[in-house]
Amino acid sequence: MSTTRETAPRVSGGFRVRRDSRLSRYGMLGLVAVCIGLAGLPYVVYESVTSSLVTLFVLIAMASMWNLLAGFGGMASIGQQAYVGIGGYTVIWAADQGINPFLGIAVAALFSAVLAVPTSLLAFRLRGDYFAVGTWVIAEVYRLLVIKSDSLGGPSGRALTGLSDMGLTARNAATYWAALVVAVVCVAAGYLLLRGRVGLSLTAVRDDEIAARAAGVDVTTAKRIVYLVSAAGCGAAGGVVVVDALSIQPTAIFSVQWSAYMIFIVVIGGIGYLEGPLLGAVVFFALQQYLADYGTWYLILLGVVAAASAVWMPRGLWGQVVHRTGLRLFPVGYRLDRTDQQ
Amino acid sequence: MGLLNAVVQGVLLGGLYALYAAGLSLMFGVMRIVNLAHGDLGVVAAYVALVLVTHTFLPVWAAVVVTVLLSAVAGYLLQRLLLQRSLSSGPLATLLVTFGLSVILQNVLQELFSADTRSLDTGTFATAAIHLGEISVSYLGLLGLGLALATIVGVQLYLSRTATGRMMRAASDDPEVATLVGADARHVYAVATSIALASVALAGMVFAMRSSFSPTIGSMSLIFAFEAVVIGGLGSLWGTLLGGLGLGLAQSIVGYYDPADSILAGHLLFLAVLALRPQGILAARGT
Repeated sequence: MSTTRETAPRVSGGFRVRRDSRLSRYGMLGLVAVCIGLAGLPYVVYESVTSSLVTLFVLIAMASMWNLLAGFGGMASIGQQAYVGIGGYTVIWAADQGINPFLGIAVAALFSAVLAVPTSLLAFRLRGDYFAVGTWVIAEVYRLLVIKSDSLGGPSGRALTGLSDMGLTARNAATYWAALVVAVVCVAAGYLLLRGRVGLSLTAVRDDEIAARAAGVDVTTAKRIVYLVSAAGCGAAGGVVVVDALSIQPTAIFSVQWSAYMIFIVVIGGIGYLEGPLLGAVVFFALQQYLADYGTWYLILLGVVAAASAVWMPRGLWGQVVHRTGLRLFPVGYRLDRTDQQ
Repeated sequence: MGLLNAVVQGVLLGGLYALYAAGLSLMFGVMRIVNLAHGDLGVVAAYVALVLVTHTFLPVWAAVVVTVLLSAVAGYLLQRLLLQRSLSSGPLATLLVTFGLSVILQNVLQELFSADTRSLDTGTFATAAIHLGEISVSYLGLLGLGLALATIVGVQLYLSRTATGRMMRAASDDPEVATLVGADARHVYAVATSIALASVALAGMVFAMRSSFSPTIGSMSLIFAFEAVVIGGLGSLWGTLLGGLGLGLAQSIVGYYDPADSILAGHLLFLAVLALRPQGILAARGT
């Protein structure tokens, strides 16, 4: 099962196997243009716009990681807040050691992935729905352990040090860029991972796990890699949350609410499509902003929409787009084109 | 003597956890569904009972009976109208639907009743206890343990002695073959969910009589119930009872030494079982 030659177009008879289409190449170019445009935004718009976009980027990063985990790895977790919290506290800890909080976000990603190794050993003993609740319990354990640490602020949390000598405008812009980078890296990492050997293994597992194992696919390793990447991404997102808020509170950063956000976004946007979380996050974000004055009703509405999508529209909004137009911004599969009719 | 008392309290608390867990265990055993809204449905029952007691002439015991009956009906409808459809929409659908339901219930309760803590007042019954030296056995604790035992014995008898119960086991083993031989899997599943909701309603109301409750405590109940099921062994109701007692004992005994660590102790017992004996104390037959 060699994956090294797969990107070269293979020609056989009158057909050609390719990953991308003209539409997806334009889509990809469009996305790059959007990213460049977003990067320039702090020079153009008010800070209130960029600071609310930080929330959107965090949601995109987290939801992309959950989609990778559940949509491609088949591991629906309700415990990714464990890594949001660990990432957040890593930034706090790193700042105490004199590490710049923005650099601390990278440390947070790394440390989250390291802690995900022993966590996965326990969590992988549970399957399916039980894995979901088991990861939630593990997140609670991390929260309760953090609360016991006085140097991390105990139950009431702490303020983030190390950014006080930075000007407000510069800090807001830097936070915005950090959030944008984390979101882009999370989406790109998912894309690259799925194009490679891991993606091929996961596709084989999704189609038929027993057959995949029999064919020599190392299922557990593929799943573990996905789990670690997902932990790193959520850790980085948690780091951004703390840099943005300048403080941390254990109940909030380890809240299962993060998982609720990730799940709603992915389910509404389209689970199992890399584009799904992007679309879902925009919908979620718009509703959150629009219904901000009505308490938690936006969450109730999203819960209803998510539950309804899970039953009646299991492929989400992006599934509808693909069904109607065949558009894939991130081509991770293969498509068959006729070459003799042109 | 303090430690002995902690053990007794642990058993009583474990009884309540087992009562919470029985329905979760049954739904998993029959349909392979983990109902993430399980704890929240118990909280809803507590609020329904509270509304009945405050706004009608019903005494508490009658409100409890009415709420259990309402929950049983709600369970039947929940399965037929929502969960049954999700069973055929892919492996993640039930998880996503019940998780969505959980978030919806918590937030609706919060909008309706605010985030304030409430309690279900049972007058002198709430504080009544049998005193044996330093050990006090509260009536409410006994009620929880007794209801847990009654529920588990009742469900076991139902599964082995009645036609519907036997069909439930058949549908659990193989829904398609069970349907071929005349079982109505959808009806049988709905009856199982109905029993699960009635039992979790009881658990939610006993909890509400023991201590104060608020819209968001359902998550904690779900986690404890889940831990009881896994510690006991998936798919075994007697295991669930043992798991509940184990969890209650771990929390109560560690809590006797340091109350701040009681919940963590329960989680660590769960993780230890996962690491050392993932099939649980009593593994289910044939799985």
